[in-house]
Amino acid sequence: MPSALINVPKKAKRGDTIEIKTLMSHIMETGYRHTAAGQVIPRDIITSFSCRYNGEEIFRADLFPAIAANPFITFFTVATESGKFEFEWIGDNGFSETASASISVE
Amino acid sequence: MTMRKAEGSTRRRFLELAGAAAAIGAVPVVTVREAVATPETMAAAIRTVVGTATVQPGKVKLDIPPLVENGNTVPMTVSVASPMTPQEFVKSIHVFNEKNPQPNIGNFFLGPRAGRAQISTRVRLADSQKIIAIARLSDGSFWSATADVVVTLAACTEEII
Repeated sequence: MPSALINVPKKAKRGDTIEIKTLMSHIMETGYRHTAAGQVIPRDIITSFSCRYNGEEIFRADLFPAIAANPFITFFTVATESGKFEFEWIGDNGFSETASASISVE
Repeated sequence: MTMRKAEGSTRRRFLELAGAAAAIGAVPVVTVREAVATPETMAAAIRTVVGTATVQPGKVKLDIPPLVENGNTVPMTVSVASPMTPQEFVKSIHVFNEKNPQPNIGNFFLGPRAGRAQISTRVRLADSQKIIAIARLSDGSFWSATADVVVTLAACTEEII
């Protein structure tokens, strides 16, 4: 069962730079491992992550097999107005998950 | 007479075979990883991002432990010295490696709204190697930082489960 952990400050002053931390549970199978029988374990990774702040994309990342399991990504943004952060992870085998967090800006 | 000759040749053949077997035995130890990014493939991957632009060292800070025990999860932070104003900001940060099966680690796209040009994540490293972070600035210039990492337990590229 995929689950996301999001850390966004609940409150911020207008103009403050805030840190956003995200973690999505995912195996991030590289496609380079073998079973004991010699069969390649097929790749299963998250390929794309994005974050929108009140509808506008503020951060995006392309992920590769070199990203560790349960991708943990942190980045910054300027708190401009109260509203909602929407996060989206897209990956192999139709993986698609979303999460959101709200912030109040004074 | 003929018997002896046959014996001699058998012995020689045996020794030859033994030598060949030893040589064959040694080969897989050297070539156990079939798919490996090389400094050349990393350079090619960098070229697809930067094109013909020159990449200058500086402005970028790549924080990664110099010695890691477990290559499966290595914390990494990349920050870029930039005022992050609408006129002057970091457009993207690209991270590459030398010896994983693929040269790319990740591409991160920021904008002037980021406030601070800094990202963190956790990466996998299949071997002791060099990591390069490249930042694309809004004026079209590219800046880079490199770090050498020694990995004692490699990530799971050749692990059998």
